Amino acid sequence: MTTRISAQDVNFYYDKVHALKGISVDINANEITALIGPSGCGKSTFLRCLNRMNDVIPKTRLEGKILLDGDDIYQPEIDVVALRKKVGMVFQQPNPFPKSIFENVAFGPRRLGENDRAKLEGIVEKSLKAAALWDEVKDQLGKSGLAISGGQQQRLCIARVLAVEPEVVLMDEPCSALDPIATLKIEELMQDLKKNYTIVIVTHNMQQAARVSDRTGFFLLGELVEFGLTDDIFSRPRDRRTEDYITGRFG
Amino acid sequence: MIGISPKRTQWIAFGLCWAAAIVAIAAMIIIIAYVFIKGLGVIDWNFLSSDPKGGLGADSGGIRTSIAGTLWTVVLTLGMAAPVGIGAGIYMAEYARDNWFTAAIRWVIETLAGIPSILFGLFGFALFVMALSLRMSILAGSLTLACLVLPTIIRTTEEAVKAVPRSFREASYALGATKWQTIRHVVLASAMPGIVTAVILALGRIVGETACLYVTMGGSGLNFPDSPFDPGRTLSLDVLYRLFEANDARAAFGAGVMLIITILIINGLTRWISNRWMARMHGR
Repeated sequence: MTTRISAQDVNFYYDKVHALKGISVDINANEITALIGPSGCGKSTFLRCLNRMNDVIPKTRLEGKILLDGDDIYQPEIDVVALRKKVGMVFQQPNPFPKSIFENVAFGPRRLGENDRAKLEGIVEKSLKAAALWDEVKDQLGKSGLAISGGQQQRLCIARVLAVEPEVVLMDEPCSALDPIATLKIEELMQDLKKNYTIVIVTHNMQQAARVSDRTGFFLLGELVEFGLTDDIFSRPRDRRTEDYITGRFG
Repeated sequence: MIGISPKRTQWIAFGLCWAAAIVAIAAMIIIIAYVFIKGLGVIDWNFLSSDPKGGLGADSGGIRTSIAGTLWTVVLTLGMAAPVGIGAGIYMAEYARDNWFTAAIRWVIETLAGIPSILFGLFGFALFVMALSLRMSILAGSLTLACLVLPTIIRTTEEAVKAVPRSFREASYALGATKWQTIRHVVLASAMPGIVTAVILALGRIVGETACLYVTMGGSGLNFPDSPFDPGRTLSLDVLYRLFEANDARAAFGAGVMLIITILIINGLTRWISNRWMARMHGR
C-alpha cells in the first residue's frame, strides 16, 4: 500500500472558529476512505482542504502539512490549478454546468487546451463509460446536462472529473440528493473506480461507509476521533464516542 | 364579533386585485391605441423616407433623418456603454474587495442611476458640447447617454454575475480551471440572460430619452446626419420637435407610432433571444 495523501497535524480556521484540530491521517492509494461524523464535525472541511477548495472562502487559514505524493500542497510554489486537476471533486448537489452533456465532460480538457474535436470525442466517450453513464446518454450528448435525472447528473459530474485524469477523487456526500437506486449505481461505480483512483468520500450515511469503504475516519467536533480499517471501526471501535455514534446513540 | 367570513374576504381580495389589473392594462392599451389611431394614418413610404421640412404648420415633413439618428445613437451609445458597463460589473462582482472603497463606489453608482436625465444633459453639455468642443452632435449626445445608462448596466451585470451559484464556480475550480476561465466559460455563460437584460434595459432608455439629448444632440436642423459629428435627432426627440417647434401634432403621432413599434420589436427580440438561451441551457 502506498500512501497518497498524508495530513500532518492539520488545524483549520474559519476566521476565529477552530474547525479542524490537529488532524493527522494517511490515505492510501487505490482505496476508498470514508469520513463520517455528525453535521458540523469538520469532515467536509477536511475534504475541501485536500484540493484547497477552501481557498475560495475568505478569512480561512490552515496550519500543518498536507502532502500529496510527498509534496506539501500548501507550499507557496504549488500551482493550485494543477493541484485541482490532480485532485478532482464531486459535490453534494449534482452541479452540471448549464451546457450540453458533451460540453460538461469536455470542459476540463478544453480548459487545459485540448481543442481537437476527435480527441475530445474520445475523452468524452471514455469518461462517460468510466462513469457508467455512456449507454444512457450516448444518443443525446447534445442535450443539456440539467435535463437528465439527478442520479445521471451526479454520474455526469463524476465523468467530468474523470475527463481531466485526476489521481484522487474527493466526494462530498455524493449520494445525499439521490434515491436508493441511483445511490447503488454510484456505489458500484466507486468500486470500479478505486482500481485506478484514490477515493475519499464524506458521507452522512454510516451504512454507505460500511458498504463501500476500505478505511473509515470518525470526526467529532473538529477532531479525528478514530481512524482505521472500516471493518474494525464498525465491529470493534476503540473509542467510546465512535461506538456511541455508529450504534446510533447520537448524531 | 361580527366579521366577514374568510371565504368572502378571499372574494373581496380577488376582486380588488382583478380590478387593479384591469385598470393598469386598460390604461396601457388606451395610450397605445390612442397613439396608433392618431398616428398610423400618417405613416406611409413618403413619411418614412423624406426629410423634415422647416417652418410651422400643417406638414413638417418625414422622419428619415430621425430614423438614421436613432440608429446612430443606439449603436454609438451601446458601443461605448455596453463593454465598459459589463466589464465594470464583472469587476465589481468578481474582483473588487469588500471594503469601504468598493461600498462607496457602489453607493455612487446607485445614486447616479437615480439622477434625473436632464442633469446628465447639463453635464454632457458642459463637458462634451463645450469643453471638448464636440458641439451639438450625435456623438456628444451618445456620450451623454452612455454616462446615463452606464450605472444601470454596471449594477444589473453585477447582480447577474453574483446570482451565479457558487456550486458552478467550485465545480469549475475543482476541474483545474483558472479564475478567468471560470468567469469566461461558466459565470458569464450563466449570467448571460441577465447581462442581455441589462443591455436591453439600456436600449429602451436610449430610445426613449429626450431631455438630456435636447441639450446635447441638437437636432432642430433638417439635414441628414452623415457622421456622428453632425447634429441629429432620435425618434423621441423628433416627437418633441414636431410638437413644440413645428407645431405639427399629426407628424408627432406618426413618429410616436414608429417609436412604439421600435420598442415592441426590441422587446420581442429580447424575449426571443433569452428564451432560446434558456432553452439551450436547460434543455427544454
